[in-house]
Amino acid sequence: MGTESYGTSQAKGLWGWINARLPLDKMLKEHVTEYYAPKNFNYWYLFGSLSLVVLVIQLVTGIFLTMNYKPAAAEAFASVEYIMRDVEWGWLIRYLHSTGASAFFIVVYLHMFRALMYGSYRSPRELLWIFGMLIYLCLMAEAFMGYLLPWGNMSYWGAQVIVSLFGTIPVIGDSLSEWIKGDYYISDITLNRFFALHVIAIPLILVFLVVAHILALHEVGSNNPDGIEIKKNKGPDGHPVDGIPFHPYMTVKDIFGLGMFLLVFCGIVFFAPTFGGMFLEAPNFDQANPMQTPPHIAPVWYFTPFYAMLRAVPSFAGTQVWGVIVMFGAIALLFFLPWLDRSPVKSIRYKGAITKVALALFVVSFVVLAYCGMKPPSPVLLLASRVFTAVYFAFFLLMPWYSKIDSTKPVPERVTYHAH
Amino acid sequence: MPIKKLASALAAVLLVALPLVSSANEGSYPPAGNDVRNIASLQRGARNYMNYCSGCHSAKFVRYNRLAADLNIPEAELKKNLMFTSDKVADTIKTAMTAEDAKKWFGNLPPDFSLIARSRGTDYIYAFLHGFYRDPSRPTGVNNTVLKGTAMPHVLADLQGVQTAVFKAEGAEKGEFEKFELTQKGTLTPEQYDEFVRDTVNFLQYIGEPIEAKRKDLGVWVTLFLLMFTGFAYLLNKEYWKDVH
Repeated sequence: MGTESYGTSQAKGLWGWINARLPLDKMLKEHVTEYYAPKNFNYWYLFGSLSLVVLVIQLVTGIFLTMNYKPAAAEAFASVEYIMRDVEWGWLIRYLHSTGASAFFIVVYLHMFRALMYGSYRSPRELLWIFGMLIYLCLMAEAFMGYLLPWGNMSYWGAQVIVSLFGTIPVIGDSLSEWIKGDYYISDITLNRFFALHVIAIPLILVFLVVAHILALHEVGSNNPDGIEIKKNKGPDGHPVDGIPFHPYMTVKDIFGLGMFLLVFCGIVFFAPTFGGMFLEAPNFDQANPMQTPPHIAPVWYFTPFYAMLRAVPSFAGTQVWGVIVMFGAIALLFFLPWLDRSPVKSIRYKGAITKVALALFVVSFVVLAYCGMKPPSPVLLLASRVFTAVYFAFFLLMPWYSKIDSTKPVPERVTYHAH
Repeated sequence: MPIKKLASALAAVLLVALPLVSSANEGSYPPAGNDVRNIASLQRGARNYMNYCSGCHSAKFVRYNRLAADLNIPEAELKKNLMFTSDKVADTIKTAMTAEDAKKWFGNLPPDFSLIARSRGTDYIYAFLHGFYRDPSRPTGVNNTVLKGTAMPHVLADLQGVQTAVFKAEGAEKGEFEKFELTQKGTLTPEQYDEFVRDTVNFLQYIGEPIEAKRKDLGVWVTLFLLMFTGFAYLLNKEYWKDVH
């Protein structure tokens, strides 16, 4: 055997042999053992790693569901019940997956809210934020298509409503919604293609985007609750003085966070998997029936803020496309956040009263809209939807102005940290 | 701290919003009061179902042998007393009626009952089975307060007897249902009939999700394990973070 050493690793044996050919050791150091994270991370910083955990839960349970699921209109509903009753532990796999879908949105919404609070989207993390937003978009597509697969009546009519949104686009609308469905109505063909997109196409893009998100994060370094750059203050060893190695400090913290998360998650899976009809809706225990709509069609809770906006906008000039524009605009605006925020400071800790009130109003508008979107339309809810749609948009559109004029507190040189 | 205020405001809003959302989904029927862990009740419910429901309502996802195993019914007993449309214990519960006949007789296909308790709720079925009253204008001679104009005849009339619905004669709620009056006695007393319905609803809840009771039992152990796991993780976390100043 040759004795010359390749690569940079000094290790011997199998580990050395591998590392002379593949930079495993280097990658491990760069991303885990010598990735320096700010020591003042609080519990809001658990939701990133928890998102990754839920992604893995969804991928693994998804693989096992695929083994027994039949993507055909005539068999899909029965195959889900087959999984629930006849497949060993099938009920657990299915409940983990269905609860995982809602859990994914919960952790991602909290993860995004943390970024909003501490200005994690600000320079130099714009691209990191955009990758995150693309993940969110993929997640919505993934959830929407996955929701059709059980072929319940709410699956069917929910898909019908969402796809018909594309039909409101002038000129190309009808052809576009036909192209999406592959048919004149939601059919076996639609189910087949949604299955392909749900189990292969979008998960692939999702995993790629998650890798890009983490690479971008590790390039610029993590933000922290004080919104200051720990890389500006390095010690003699070249590491940030306020930074600590990701492993073991953050990994051990994340394991504790994982335990807390699993307590809630498994609590739902084992004791309330339908979550009062919010995670698994009652009409979805009836097979899809193109001749009969459920009493009230509403999307699953994670889409309802946007659904409320859609319903809040009246049709105008003979078309309903305005509601669709507002709905997609509400999501599109999030992409521009890094350039809308003109505050000299990043973190809410050092921002003034105007920004704090604005953020609180934004949260209230999101929750109220989510509620309005779940309920059958009523005059009071319509008014609330309109007011809070305006509040939602004002939060973003007025941000360049209020973030600039708002007072700020002086930002410290070092992170705020009190030893445990 | 503003963050804590924001977080607590968020939590408060969620706490207010969640019950509002969930309460609206439950409908306004009185609770059925059944207990899916009561095996004797489930056995009686199985008997009721096979004798009074399964003639028209299939349970196409429910296997006889799974049922027998879960409800402690010996196979010989199962074959003799509960299996009317098949002699293979691994079969699912089908009806004796063909789809064409059903359409001809009732106008539409009686729904499959595998998941009826999950899609309609046990309280709804409990109220429905209590809600039949005499209505000579209907082809079946009966109507139902829960599902107006139901195509279903009152197959339990022999047991319950015949009741008449009394509607409010005056006031703002004129014409709304007020109460039932039993005009013709059945073979069961009202209390016995109530138990009969409760057992049947209980059985429907069981076939809706046969694993339900075991799922919750397992959940207790999972929770205990996770509490222990999280406790150790907390201590480990604390130990490591002692180094960070």
